[in-house]
Amino acid sequence: MHILDFNLPLVVLLPFAGALLAAYVARFNRLAAAYTSGAVTLTTLALLAPALSLPFGGETLIQSWTWIESIGLHFAFRLDGLALLFALLILVIGLLVIIYARYYLNPKDCMGRFFAYLLMFMGSMLGIVLSENLIQLVIFWELTSITSFLLISYWQHREDARQGARMALAVTGAGGLALLGGVLLLGHIVGSYQLSEVLSAGDVVREHPLYLTTLVLILLGVFTKSAQFPFHFWLPHAMAAPTPVSAYLHSATMVKAGIFLLARFFPVLSGTPEWSLLVGGAGLLTLLIGAYTALFKHDLKGLLAYSTISHLGLITLLFGFGTQLAAVAAIFHIINHATFKASLFMVAGIIDHETGTRDMRKLNGLLKYMPHTAALAIIASAAMAGVPLLNGFLSKEMFFDQAVSASHASASAWMIPVLVTLAGIFSVAYSIRFIHDVFFNGEPIDLPKIPHEPPRFMKVPVDLLVIACLAVGILPIYTVAPLLDVAVTGTLQSTPPQYSLALWHGFTTPLIMSLIALSVGTLVYLKRHRLFAFHERYIAQIDARRYFNALLDALISVALKITRGFDKGSYQHAAFWVVLASIVMGVAGFMMVSAPLFGQRELLPVDMVSLLAALTLVIAAVLTVAWHRRRVVSLIVIGVVGLVVSLTFVKFSAPDLALTQLSVEVVTIVLLLLALYFLPQTTPVETDRLRLGRDALLAIISGVAVTLLTLMVLTRDFAPISHYFIENSVPGGGGSNVVNVILVDFRGFDTLGEIVVLALAGLGVFAMLQGLKLPAPTHNEQGLDWNSDNHPPIMQTFTRLLLPLMLLVAVFIFLRGHNLPGGGFIAGLIASVALIVQYLANGIDWTQKRLKIDMHWAIGFGLLIAISTGLVSMGLGYPFLTSAFTHLHWPVVGEFEVASAIAFDLGVFLVVVGSTVLSLVQLGKLSKASHPAEPTSSTDSSAEKI
Amino acid sequence: MEILIAAVIGILTATGVFLTLRGHTFPVVLGLTLLAYAVNVFLFAMGRLTSGLPAVINPAQGGYTDPLPQALVLTAIVIAFGMTAFLIVLALKARGELGNDHVDGRTDGDLKPRTRRGAEK
Repeated sequence: MHILDFNLPLVVLLPFAGALLAAYVARFNRLAAAYTSGAVTLTTLALLAPALSLPFGGETLIQSWTWIESIGLHFAFRLDGLALLFALLILVIGLLVIIYARYYLNPKDCMGRFFAYLLMFMGSMLGIVLSENLIQLVIFWELTSITSFLLISYWQHREDARQGARMALAVTGAGGLALLGGVLLLGHIVGSYQLSEVLSAGDVVREHPLYLTTLVLILLGVFTKSAQFPFHFWLPHAMAAPTPVSAYLHSATMVKAGIFLLARFFPVLSGTPEWSLLVGGAGLLTLLIGAYTALFKHDLKGLLAYSTISHLGLITLLFGFGTQLAAVAAIFHIINHATFKASLFMVAGIIDHETGTRDMRKLNGLLKYMPHTAALAIIASAAMAGVPLLNGFLSKEMFFDQAVSASHASASAWMIPVLVTLAGIFSVAYSIRFIHDVFFNGEPIDLPKIPHEPPRFMKVPVDLLVIACLAVGILPIYTVAPLLDVAVTGTLQSTPPQYSLALWHGFTTPLIMSLIALSVGTLVYLKRHRLFAFHERYIAQIDARRYFNALLDALISVALKITRGFDKGSYQHAAFWVVLASIVMGVAGFMMVSAPLFGQRELLPVDMVSLLAALTLVIAAVLTVAWHRRRVVSLIVIGVVGLVVSLTFVKFSAPDLALTQLSVEVVTIVLLLLALYFLPQTTPVETDRLRLGRDALLAIISGVAVTLLTLMVLTRDFAPISHYFIENSVPGGGGSNVVNVILVDFRGFDTLGEIVVLALAGLGVFAMLQGLKLPAPTHNEQGLDWNSDNHPPIMQTFTRLLLPLMLLVAVFIFLRGHNLPGGGFIAGLIASVALIVQYLANGIDWTQKRLKIDMHWAIGFGLLIAISTGLVSMGLGYPFLTSAFTHLHWPVVGEFEVASAIAFDLGVFLVVVGSTVLSLVQLGKLSKASHPAEPTSSTDSSAEKI
Repeated sequence: MEILIAAVIGILTATGVFLTLRGHTFPVVLGLTLLAYAVNVFLFAMGRLTSGLPAVINPAQGGYTDPLPQALVLTAIVIAFGMTAFLIVLALKARGELGNDHVDGRTDGDLKPRTRRGAEK
């Protein structure tokens, strides 16, 4: 197996594993977390390395595994030029950020948590850019929202960090939901969620009636993630994160995820007027708002945040132009922005770290304290401003050029170059401010610390990034050209158009625009004080956070109103609504059917015995209600109902059901009697006649409705689906009792689920009764003392004699279950009754001394046996729970079949016995715990004392 | 016969619903038990009523009743028991924790909740 067959998923998953490791090693040495993260990142790069040459050769590497075929979900990864560019940006800048963060974080900060989050975030980002399957892409997209939430809120003690993180999560999370919708629609249109197919189906998508909906949904995801207007407001608040996080998330990764998606879907969605209007419009507005606002931010990181918003707008606008050349410029600017913005964030972090503040009104004249840092900052901001010989200049020229080309598109498009130049002017002004206010402009004003140069290695990442800015700016052909070319090929999914990376194109319109931006920008900066006054007076009042919070509050109060309207903390209230809603829905269902109420099926004749039995049942049920306040009496009467129900099963050819019902009936009544001992013996009279009347009405309507429904079904013919089971029971399942074969073989998996539920109920009962003490009553409702006699000897003797007999019956029922009525469930219940009778007649102490089986083990073993029966068949290469059977010859008994399903049935048997006995004995013990000081009192239940 | 069964299911449902809506735990458990009977018989009846033709393979027999609803109901009966056990113990636990056996944990179990709330305001 070649490494190129499986390396991409490893690239994505390794950082997640690394996160665990980083968190773990931090317990021993805090710096170890940083080194581990660095090593993990390097290893990830090394894993990616063998595949790097493929996109350059024009190949797309796809590694795919089937996951859930039926919903189009594949575990699939792809590496083309675009994915390659982003993967490199994520890993290389990630590595630099890790080095930087090792020095940035202070001894009080928990390193393990920081690097674990950072690596998880890295893995999620890699997952987005390397996904071939769109659903999988959305999963990783959501993961970036969650991990970035953790990173932004890293300083959990700070309120602004918590709020900023929550806002980022709310906005990007909502966008993620929209994106999921968009991707599902896209997959629906194309008929596949694999990118390879989606990318080649652009024409189909653009002509589909659902195109606009799909586009809007996907763009909602993109715009929220990439902080495009009107969703840009979360980004400045996310600056509460530690600076390495900002450098990583807001230069190269998180906000670029949206841009990545624009590039990814460029061949599919672009080229329509809707695309140009939505993407271009949002980009242009974001570009302007970001550039304008950045100038007025006194906080270094605030300035950078709005500058980031502006540059993201620039890239979005380029994609909005929709031409191939614009896409080239966009990709180029992605690379350039990542390098200069990451270095600027790191510089801001260094200044914050060494001076204790980020406020530009205090930071002045730092040049003489930190000349090296100043040099780095000056070059990086010059790149941001678009000064020649730096990388930012090249992509900005391309951008201006595209803006000029776009101005021919329509009558009002001449505004595009003008507005773009205006944004350029502000961009120059804030870049100058970043340098002049911090490093020149007089002396610092009461700084918390005396500034000095940071540790050597804190600057190394910045050095490298700034060198990249210079190298790309001066020698584009020899540095960035191949990478840009391959990324553009990956974006366009075709050969890139002709473009030139030369520094000098002659005296062109873009150059004039650049010159205007540089000169007017300087002028704006010099005259900034007037602008500041204007801004403070009119614009600074607009705070997006206020609107966001107001919206959030309104949403929460609506949600609370709805919740409290329905959930009044009252069971009775809730039960009423459930019954009423079922009736309303049922009646609506009746109304919608136009067919005659009853069918033509021939009915069975009524015989006298059935009529009498039905009458008994009806009387017993009604008496249960009528006497329900006298609890013991109602319990006895309800027992009659259960008995008649089991007789019904006998009458209508269901021997298994009758046996089950009968034994369950015994166990249930004993259980309820035991419990009743601790509850009041009577229910108080209800005085609310209105409520009684309302409930009676609801009850009668439900009864009539159910009767009608049953009759509607029973008077019609039907085509059962059980022929298969009847035909295959003997040849396929090796048993002639079809009901049992269905339970343990055909539908064994369902049964497994059901015994798990039963086991949980038993264990739940046990858990709830642990340590519970209830006041035990001393006398009954007539004022007579509870009888504290010892167990009646006749009953004791009888039950002891009966035990082996009853167990024998259980074994018999169990063994014959596959062929005749019986089986694990029924045998389990019979065995439980046999054991419980011992407890009842002889007391818990006596019985437990002799029965040394812990019922927890019975439950556990039962489940284990049932599951391993399934696993054995899997191990032999058959589907889970496939059964096999063979014929055995036993002397005396004769020939009979042994099916592997009997082992499964044994599991069922053990779980039933375990859960039943556990519940009842635990209840019995409760009575013992509640009578600590009564030496003569037997430890058993109250059942036979009543 | 079908009409008889339908009526029986209806009565079981009506009594079950009425008790389920009561305000004390024990009647509610009884109500749910009655509802469980109703549901089980209903599910069972969906396979239509057949007399004397159990689903045990026997070449001498002329036909079989539908075994599928039976298998469903069999487990349903056992699960209903598990649920009853859990509920009644929950009721005991609530009694231990709250000191009364009202479903909403009220000590004024018989007062009308509406008047009570009105009085507070």
